Amino acid sequence: MTQDVIQTERKPAPPRNQRGDLRATIIPALISVFSMIVVFGGIYWWITSSPQWPRVQAQFFSSEAMMASFPSVLAGFWVSMRVWLIGLFCIGLWGLVLAVVRSLRGPWFAPFRVLVVLYIDFFRGVPVLLLVLLFGFGIPALSLPGLPNSALFWGGAAMVLSYSAYVAEIYRSGIDSVHEGQWSAAKSLGLTEWQSMRYAVLPQAVRNVLPALMNIVVALQKDVALLSVLGVRDAVRAAQIYTATTFNYSSLLVAAALFLLATIPMARLADWVSRRDRERRLQRMQ
Amino acid sequence: MTEPRIEIAGLTKYYGNFLVLDEIDLNIAPHEVVTLIGASGSGKSTLLRCMNSLERWDHGKVLLDGASITDPQYSRTELHKRVAIVFQAFNLFPTMNVLDNITLAPRKVHKLHKQEAEESARVLLERFGMSEHADSYPEQLSGGQQQRVAIARALVTEPDVLLLDEITASLDPALVGEVLAIIRDLKDKGLTMAIVTHEMSFAREVSDRVAFLEGGRILEEDKPEKVFSDPQMPETRQFLSRIIEAGRL
Repeated sequence: MTQDVIQTERKPAPPRNQRGDLRATIIPALISVFSMIVVFGGIYWWITSSPQWPRVQAQFFSSEAMMASFPSVLAGFWVSMRVWLIGLFCIGLWGLVLAVVRSLRGPWFAPFRVLVVLYIDFFRGVPVLLLVLLFGFGIPALSLPGLPNSALFWGGAAMVLSYSAYVAEIYRSGIDSVHEGQWSAAKSLGLTEWQSMRYAVLPQAVRNVLPALMNIVVALQKDVALLSVLGVRDAVRAAQIYTATTFNYSSLLVAAALFLLATIPMARLADWVSRRDRERRLQRMQ
Repeated sequence: MTEPRIEIAGLTKYYGNFLVLDEIDLNIAPHEVVTLIGASGSGKSTLLRCMNSLERWDHGKVLLDGASITDPQYSRTELHKRVAIVFQAFNLFPTMNVLDNITLAPRKVHKLHKQEAEESARVLLERFGMSEHADSYPEQLSGGQQQRVAIARALVTEPDVLLLDEITASLDPALVGEVLAIIRDLKDKGLTMAIVTHEMSFAREVSDRVAFLEGGRILEEDKPEKVFSDPQMPETRQFLSRIIEAGRL
């Protein structure tokens, strides 16, 4: 990095600045604008020329219906986002516990390792929707003393348990990706296995899988809509209620727009995290 | 003769059916520097790693000041405080800065106060010319600088024995010197060391004794001038002539 900074010899000239150069920049830009107009205009014309279009437009794109349903859908959307945030926190923590237990090597941990493997197999094998239904309708029926009885709580719990299984596997791949030499170094310093995990291995592991975890964050943000099957008044449910009373589906589009508004920035953030991660790795290889 | 600091007797280890260490006997006296040489796969790194129980073995024993290192007298923390190791790939923790790398063991294993631990760390960094890098992260440092930090990390608990496992093998040739200078200095201060290296001229200069390993056995063991100038075993001669061909002696 520090070498060959000083160079006084003659060098070939740098490339000419091409801004404003007709052939290099303006023509390609014109071509791409033109092709966008052709493709999207064509699709728009194709859809709106359908004989049923006016009816669909009235049912799905009615601005009055959108305005009317907006407050209740928005209120439901906040429920969704609260479930999302609390769920994220619980999943991040519980998945980490599962992954660490599965990765500890001491013989004393053997029974816990087996339990975790069974747990992960089970929760990855059953569809989330089924789990949400079973938990949300089944467990409140038990009226367990000392625990909340709401479908929202138990449906959320089902999502946490299920997502944790996936997240645990992501964490574990991160732990496995840490070089064996790091364990040796930690052990040679006298750290216990737990301390080695806590101070040396886990911080690297989490850093390595951050991009993969971000994808889960985005996926969960919209999957919380599954809870609507329990009658929880989230964005989707609120929209459905409006639809059921007015026979107008525009409220569903309102809900979709709200989810997009939330997920697109998160997706960009995820991209940014993974790009930064890739740059860091490339830098280290030099 | 003084009692050996490290005494290895009949040490035997298998990887599956492959015999890595074949009844090794080796003593290291206090303040002595012993270098293990031999081709890759001769068992020298494994032998070194047995000396602070990074590897298990199948038969034989390793004694530190007369007591087995697997003996409860040497709790894990005590053994690793007294016998430290530096690795070929540095193995610094990439998520911690230099100071945290060095003070991790003193703080978390030996329960020193942060301030106390950092003080001794800074003394070592100063000595190794690394003071201004205390807050740097390993990936911001050159290989030679990282290895100097790794040596500081190994020395911060004031071990009696330092094990060096090919510590210059992954360094840019231009950076080897700065690391070897530190080892020379440690020898002058009387630290007991066991070294695995391919730097033969360095081994010759710094060692009190050189042991040549092949196939998991110590075939020849003598003063460096003797081993390098007048090797007794044909295997040693062959190994050294290959090294000379490669221009490393």
